[in-house]
Amino acid sequence: MTAALELDATAKPRLPRGVRLKHDAVRGGQVLLAPERIVRTDPIAVAILQRCDGARTLDNIVDELCEAYKGDRARIDRDVRALLADLIAKRMIAL
Amino acid sequence: MTDAAAAAQAAPAPIGLLAELTHRCPLGCPYCSNPLALEKRNGEMDAATWKRVFDQANALGVLQVHLSGGEPAARRDLVELVAHCASLGLYSNLITSGIGVTEALVGQLDKAGLDHVQLSVQDCEEASADRIAGYKGAFARKRQVAQWVVASGIPLTVNAVIHRANVARAARMVDLAIDYGARRVEIAHTQYYGWALKNRAALMPSREEADAAWNEVEALRQRIDGRIVIDHVAPDYHARTPKPCMGGWGRQTLNVSPTGKVLPCHAAETIPGLAFWNVNEHPLGDIWANSPAFQAFRGTDWMPEPCRGCERREIDFGGCRCQALALTGDARATDPACYLSPHHAVMAEIARRDSAPANEAAYAYRRVEMLALGSDQT
Repeated sequence: MTAALELDATAKPRLPRGVRLKHDAVRGGQVLLAPERIVRTDPIAVAILQRCDGARTLDNIVDELCEAYKGDRARIDRDVRALLADLIAKRMIAL
Repeated sequence: MTDAAAAAQAAPAPIGLLAELTHRCPLGCPYCSNPLALEKRNGEMDAATWKRVFDQANALGVLQVHLSGGEPAARRDLVELVAHCASLGLYSNLITSGIGVTEALVGQLDKAGLDHVQLSVQDCEEASADRIAGYKGAFARKRQVAQWVVASGIPLTVNAVIHRANVARAARMVDLAIDYGARRVEIAHTQYYGWALKNRAALMPSREEADAAWNEVEALRQRIDGRIVIDHVAPDYHARTPKPCMGGWGRQTLNVSPTGKVLPCHAAETIPGLAFWNVNEHPLGDIWANSPAFQAFRGTDWMPEPCRGCERREIDFGGCRCQALALTGDARATDPACYLSPHHAVMAEIARRDSAPANEAAYAYRRVEMLALGSDQT
C-alpha cells in the first residue's frame, strides 16, 4: 500500500464516529465495531488503536509503542503504517 | 467435552441481532424481504420487552443491533430503544427508508448515541425511484434525510437494491452515495425471498444487464480511491457458487420479528415444519441454543450430498435454505445457486424466462395498513 508509506508522520489518526473499540465480555479480547463490520483485534492492534485519538501524531504513536514494547523503531513504524493504511481504506480510521 | 462445552461449540455466540421493530412501512418496495404475511401493529412488542431482548442479546454476546422493520421510524419509542442499546454498549444501526424521519428525530437519535444509519435508495432518478418505492416524493425526502444524518455526524450507508428497473444505473448509485456524503454504499442485487420472490418476474434483469452492472461497479472501485466503501452483493441467479447465507444458519445472527418470534433469517418462516420460539415465552439464549428452528440447519451434520463432502461446506454452509426450498421444494437441498446442485440449471432458466423482454409484469407493491404512520410522528 503506497498510501501507507506516504502517510505523513505528523498525521493525527483517529477512530471516526461509528467506529469504536469494545471489550467483548463473552469471547474475551477487544473488537473494533464499525458499520456492518466487526473486526477481531490482537493486542498490538489494540495498542495502536487506543492511541488513535486525533491528538497524537503518527510519530507520537510509534514513539510510545517503542517505549512500551522496547521494539525496533523501523519495524514498529512499518506495522503501524500497515494497520492504519488498511483501516483508512476501509474508512475505519480518519485523519 | 462437557455438555456446556458441547453446547457452546454447537451454538457459538451470535454477533448480530436484527430487530424488526415493526412491519409497518410507508413504502411499497416490490423487493421487500419481509414476509408476505406482515405482522400487525397491535401485536408489536412494547419498548420494555424490546429492552429486555437487548439485555439478553448483550449477555449472549451480540455486539451489533440492527434496528429495522418495516420502517423503524414508525415507532414512537425508537429514540428510547437506541438509548438503551447505547447504555449497554451495543452498536446500534438504524436501517431506514428515511420516510417519517425528521430533522428533530435525527438530532434525538444522535444524542441517544446511535452509531450508524443505513438509508435505502431505490434509484438515482427521481421518477423511477418513486415508482419503485410506490411513494411519490420518496426520493426527495431521502436526499433530505441523508443531509440531516451527515450533518449530525452519524456515519451514513446508502443501500441500493438492484433489479430490472435500475440495473442500468447501478454504478451511478455509487456516485449518488458519494454525493450524499455516505461513508459506505451497498449495491445489492435483489435476493428473491418474500415480496421479491412474488415479484420476481417484474424484477429480474437479464444476465447481460446483471453482468454489465456488476462489472461497472467493480471498475468503480479502482477510481473512487478510498472515498467510499463499496459492498457488492452478487446476483444469485447468475452465480456459480451460493452465498454464505446469514454466515451460516444459527451461527452468527438472529432476527426478532415485531411480535417476538426469533428467526434464523428473514425468510425462515417460509420453511414449513420449523417451530419458532418467541421471546415472550423463552429467554433469547435458550432460543438461540435450543429452539428447533435454530438447530434445524446449524453446523454441517444436516447436509446431504453434494454439500456434505464439499470442501466449501464451511465457507458457504450450503447456501440459502429458503432459496433451496423455493426452487427445489426441499429446504435441505443444496442451494441451486451452486453449480454442483442438480437443480442449478433451473436458476438460469428462471432468470431467462423472468427477464424476457416480453415479460412486463406489474409490481405487487408490498402493503400493510400504514394509516397510523402520520399520527405516529408527533
